[in-house]
Amino acid sequence: MEKQIIGRGILAGALGGVLAFGFARIFAEPQIQQAIDYESGRDAAQQALDKAAGLPVEPEGMEVFSRAVQANIGIGAGIIFFGAAMGALFAVAYALYLGRAGQIRPRTLALLVAGGGFMGMYLVPFVKYPANPPAIGHEDTIQQRSSFYLLMVAASVLFLILAVWLGKRLQPRFGTWNATLIAGGVFIVATAIVMLALPQFGELATNRQLHQATETPAPLTDASGKIVFPDFPADLLFTFRLYSVGAQLILWATIGLVFAPLAERLLGGAPARRTTSTPRASVIG
Amino acid sequence: MSTASQPTTAATPLVIPGSRAVLWLVGTVLLALAVYYFIGVDQGAVSVFGNDTHIHEFVHDGRHFLGFPCH
Repeated sequence: MEKQIIGRGILAGALGGVLAFGFARIFAEPQIQQAIDYESGRDAAQQALDKAAGLPVEPEGMEVFSRAVQANIGIGAGIIFFGAAMGALFAVAYALYLGRAGQIRPRTLALLVAGGGFMGMYLVPFVKYPANPPAIGHEDTIQQRSSFYLLMVAASVLFLILAVWLGKRLQPRFGTWNATLIAGGVFIVATAIVMLALPQFGELATNRQLHQATETPAPLTDASGKIVFPDFPADLLFTFRLYSVGAQLILWATIGLVFAPLAERLLGGAPARRTTSTPRASVIG
Repeated sequence: MSTASQPTTAATPLVIPGSRAVLWLVGTVLLALAVYYFIGVDQGAVSVFGNDTHIHEFVHDGRHFLGFPCH
């Protein structure tokens, strides 16, 4: 049974990845290209300033893959494999909660687990550390940014699992509605504490040395303080982040909606099992 | 996390038994996390293949777009 569940989960995830890639290719790639153009323009302006001030100019890095490969094949492979991996994790969570989540249909459980994956793996971490387009993010802080981001993902997934456990514990005493509200409230409070404790990227030591409170590029000024290159376009940043949420929403919604009927067929068609699965009664609640 | 919106006649029918299923579940999680790592993190903050940046550059756009921190 677990093999069928995992296989269908990976399939649903890969399909979600394909749809999210289609969305990304049409809507996000133009934004990513604009951000890269901004970055190149800003680097060129910075080099011109450095040259005028007699500072050493850094040579440009070599291109490993062309923009065409990155924007068409690379992003596709990345999102589809990411989707398959998320589908696999979804399937494991689904298998573990099967029969342990109370009186609930297989397809409803599929939507709930997919919703949990969307929140835990992406949306909650995004609230603290949102997705950034190219040009945002200092090269010297990548290590810290990666660690803090992964810590945020781990914390939100852990809290989500604990909140579900807590809700199940409270359910016999408070009923499903109130137990869910209490567990949800505890999840929000625990997550908020971690978010308050973790630093903003702008507070990292490297950025403080550079006297910047954020990693979003500020306007570039010459020696006299005149702006020679604008700051990062706010609309571009917003659109990129909005589309990033959209792609993940497409991915996780597909996982839930594709897996739901498959699970219903896999599990629902054998009513005899309901009477033979004796452990069920003891694990409800 | 159970909801009351569904009729209670149809419960999820079975509990995945332990032992052999555990191997499959753990193996799947490890493999999925490895893929997550290579798409999101490798050759940025830490690198399995040293100074090479092929994976990073290949999935570059996806890495930004999926929400991972990137250079």
